[in-house]
Amino acid sequence: MTSRVDGRKIDELRKMSARIGVVKRADGSAMFQIGDTIAFAAVYGPRELHPRFLQNPEKAMLRCHYDMASFSVSERKKPGPSRRSVEISLVTEKALSSVVDLKLYPNAVIDVFIQIIQANAGTRCAGITAAAMALAHAGVPMREMVAAVSVGKVGKEIVLDLTKEEEDEETGATDIPVAMTSYNKGITLLQLDGEVNKKELIEALKLAGKGCEEIFKLQERVLKEVYSGGKNE
Amino acid sequence: MDSKMLVEDRDIVIPGEVLACGMDFLPGNGTYREQDKILASQLGLVSVNNRFVKVIALTGKYSAVEGDLVIGKVCDVTIGAWLVDIGGAYGAALALRETPEFIERGSDLTRYYDFGDIIIAKVVNVIKGKGVDLTMKGPGLRKANGGRILEVTPSKVPRIIGKQGSMISLIKEKTSCMIVVGQNGKVWIKGENTEDEVRAAEAVLKIEQESHVDGLTEKINELLSKGGKNDKQS
Repeated sequence: MTSRVDGRKIDELRKMSARIGVVKRADGSAMFQIGDTIAFAAVYGPRELHPRFLQNPEKAMLRCHYDMASFSVSERKKPGPSRRSVEISLVTEKALSSVVDLKLYPNAVIDVFIQIIQANAGTRCAGITAAAMALAHAGVPMREMVAAVSVGKVGKEIVLDLTKEEEDEETGATDIPVAMTSYNKGITLLQLDGEVNKKELIEALKLAGKGCEEIFKLQERVLKEVYSGGKNE
Repeated sequence: MDSKMLVEDRDIVIPGEVLACGMDFLPGNGTYREQDKILASQLGLVSVNNRFVKVIALTGKYSAVEGDLVIGKVCDVTIGAWLVDIGGAYGAALALRETPEFIERGSDLTRYYDFGDIIIAKVVNVIKGKGVDLTMKGPGLRKANGGRILEVTPSKVPRIIGKQGSMISLIKEKTSCMIVVGQNGKVWIKGENTEDEVRAAEAVLKIEQESHVDGLTEKINELLSKGGKNDKQS
């Protein structure tokens, strides 16, 4: 196996760490770090949804808000929503809403705020992973966990968890963010930026499945640790 | 078909974890069935009662049950009711006729309960997906004047009260404070002086933090018997 820019194997994730209860005033919160990418997620709710016309008497609304801190990238990012962050908020919402049991809270809203503190590729994936943990921490009923990781093609190789350096490679790398559920192994997010053929895509998805498996283990460990070790929230 | 539990009683589980397989078990709160398996849908402790499997949530918003004693804050005063924040997913309303006082028609409702007042009330009706109706008619239901409010996770409330109120009466006795524990995780403490209140508050927070530890009653007894030793700055 050829090694990559940072010396990883093609199917190796960057170093990960996670924490629960990072935002004290939120109903649930989590931090997820993969390599140099750090995402914070805070969940508020279920709570009443205002204005009233947005309320849905059949189920709750899941409202995701993704944003990058202005200092998260080397070139200052203008604060506030942008075309990119609105799109990512939307796909995050879709990636999570299929596992959250929204029928239990009609007329209510569950707010998920994702803040990227430091960015080095794969921020939407880190955001989804952190948000899933925050939802579990908030006690929101959900069918299973969600984890996300990016896979892609760098040169001729299909690799797991691209860094910024790999994404910006001269020949043009293909970036494929994938989110998966923990029990059914269903795909709740699949985006593709670049070019791959069918065989490569199938290979990439297999690799993503492997990466998500590792993230699920971390999520499980961290969520259980908070309550079994007697640690403070 | 073989049915068996895949986790043990009182294990901590996360959403999506398989608890049992086979049709001999029944899914309870915090769980759901997927084909022949029972999965957890909440972060919490597994509780197995014969064939009945449920997950006791460790976190989450308070969900009101009829008959619960709750402590809430008046957040709005309308023509015929007070709207009360009890910390759940939906709001709560205290109707005019549910107050112990006689209220003359057209009188200013803020004279009875004003914005920001803390009230101890009882849940009389839960309307799914809409809200909760409260009453103030009943023994011990009133406005809470003075004292302080603590917030704990609603799932820890039974632990704070203890078996037949053993834990709470211990704190009351040792600190001579008045304590009311709402099922919604709000605790009202009022003592004769600040030191007593702080000691009672410390004890309640300690129970919340160490709710899973064995022999907690002794620990709390010890903490409170030490007296004023633990007031560093208060």
